[in-house]
Amino acid sequence: MESLSCDDLGTRAVNHRLHALTDGERVQVLHPRGRHNLAVGISRQIAVTIDGNAGYFVGGLCGSSDGSGPDIVVNGFVGWSVAENLMGGSVRVRGSASQSAGSSARGGTIVIEGDASLRAGISLKGAKLAIGGDAGAMSGFMAQSGVILIGGNAGHGLGDSLYEAVIYVAGSIASLGSDAVIEEIGDEDLRAVKELVGESGFDHIDATRVTKVVSARQLYHFSTHNHGAY
Amino acid sequence: MCGVIGLLIRDRSLEPQLGQMLQGMISALDERGPDSSGIALYANEPIGDDGPAGAVNPVKISLGSDEFVDWVQVGDALTERFGPVADHHRFGPGLVVRVPESLEVEVKGVVTAMWPRIRVLATGMYLRVLKDTGRPIDTCARYGVADWEGYLAVAHTRMATESAVTVLHAHPFVPSRDLCVVHNGSFSNYATVRRSLMADGVQFDSDNDSEVAARYLAMRLSAGDDLEEATRWVMKEMDGFFTLVISTSDAMSVVRDAFACKPAVVAETDRYVAVASEYRALAELPDIATATVFEPQPEEVYTWSR
Repeated sequence: MESLSCDDLGTRAVNHRLHALTDGERVQVLHPRGRHNLAVGISRQIAVTIDGNAGYFVGGLCGSSDGSGPDIVVNGFVGWSVAENLMGGSVRVRGSASQSAGSSARGGTIVIEGDASLRAGISLKGAKLAIGGDAGAMSGFMAQSGVILIGGNAGHGLGDSLYEAVIYVAGSIASLGSDAVIEEIGDEDLRAVKELVGESGFDHIDATRVTKVVSARQLYHFSTHNHGAY
Repeated sequence: MCGVIGLLIRDRSLEPQLGQMLQGMISALDERGPDSSGIALYANEPIGDDGPAGAVNPVKISLGSDEFVDWVQVGDALTERFGPVADHHRFGPGLVVRVPESLEVEVKGVVTAMWPRIRVLATGMYLRVLKDTGRPIDTCARYGVADWEGYLAVAHTRMATESAVTVLHAHPFVPSRDLCVVHNGSFSNYATVRRSLMADGVQFDSDNDSEVAARYLAMRLSAGDDLEEATRWVMKEMDGFFTLVISTSDAMSVVRDAFACKPAVVAETDRYVAVASEYRALAELPDIATATVFEPQPEEVYTWSR
């Protein structure tokens, strides 16, 4: 397996080398030391292991609109906006993630084995985001599409101004955000949660006991009693 | 953006390495604040240095200016005026004057009367402050930060948004003896708070929004609050986004706004506590692999003592 050391290569050089790989290749990125923008914009189906703690935007803008993309694993914790705008493939963080994990991600799967900080899954646009531990305040803010699974507890303001993304929480919810409501889970939810539990390996989550949070749809639809205003 | 840094040494054997640790941290946050920087160093008097003649525990007055100053001439003039009880040494682009406490007010009065372009950047029993414009990495190299020894340091790399890029607009702000504040973020109601402080007689050195928070904090402390209470008042009264690192002669605090809009990461070990805007700045610190690394929660005040 090829190894790229951040001690020898700048961020652009690391990313250029990653972009040059072809489907099926495996590569290791060593000594990241919290560096930002590692493994971004990769569309091929390669396997990237980042061996250590990484900075902001790790795995951002990866994958294609058909859902394919690289499989990225970070053996450490990550900074803000891991896998932001992910299109396909997967990003797995063995440690915890800072704020805005999976922001605006359209496709693929993002797995945070530890905790995720504030605003996890903000503006999610279709990706699956699984968090093994707790999620910080305002997670799922304005999330439009996709699934967020929280294995631990959710912070304040969960799902504020939610659109059509669905949030499942195994632990407690400090408070719901504006226009977020709890809904009974059905067979389809059970299937979706079990699938994501299987994919993430989060065996501690009992799919039958999660709390489902969706939009009450009171904020984003035009109300007929406002028609006179136009 | 801006970068904030705090480094509190717990294990005395690390004190000679403070400068080296600090320079690494500042360099890692250089690009968060390429406009200018400021560094506060808390140190005990070096062994064998009795300070200026006759002064036990001299007060250190850090001086700086936005304009060219002939510091040699300033130093000579102070020596001529006050004799051996006032000594001085270059610190960064400015000057640190050490005097007995009894002379502090008089010396400051003379400096501001004789050289109106000079400002007092800081006053402290342990604290010295330098501020300069330009890349923080260059500032560290220029003034030999890596060689510094001390037990506590606070630093700021500045990307200005609310006010001009000059030496006097740079952080840290030192609103009272040995109290130091650096800020990443922006305050929205600072003009209102400044007016009310000015009405109470508080004087300002700049139109920087962060200076308002610093002086508000000092006002609360002088009213009898402890550091944690005073910091809570800053959260209550100042609107805006902030990660603040605050230091006194023996403690360091960090606090973030309710939305945690500005980053902060802490690394804590038995030997030191380090706070920085980004983990990159902590990655090269000793024992980092075994340190407890965490992000301060919004609206929580974290305080560490020596």
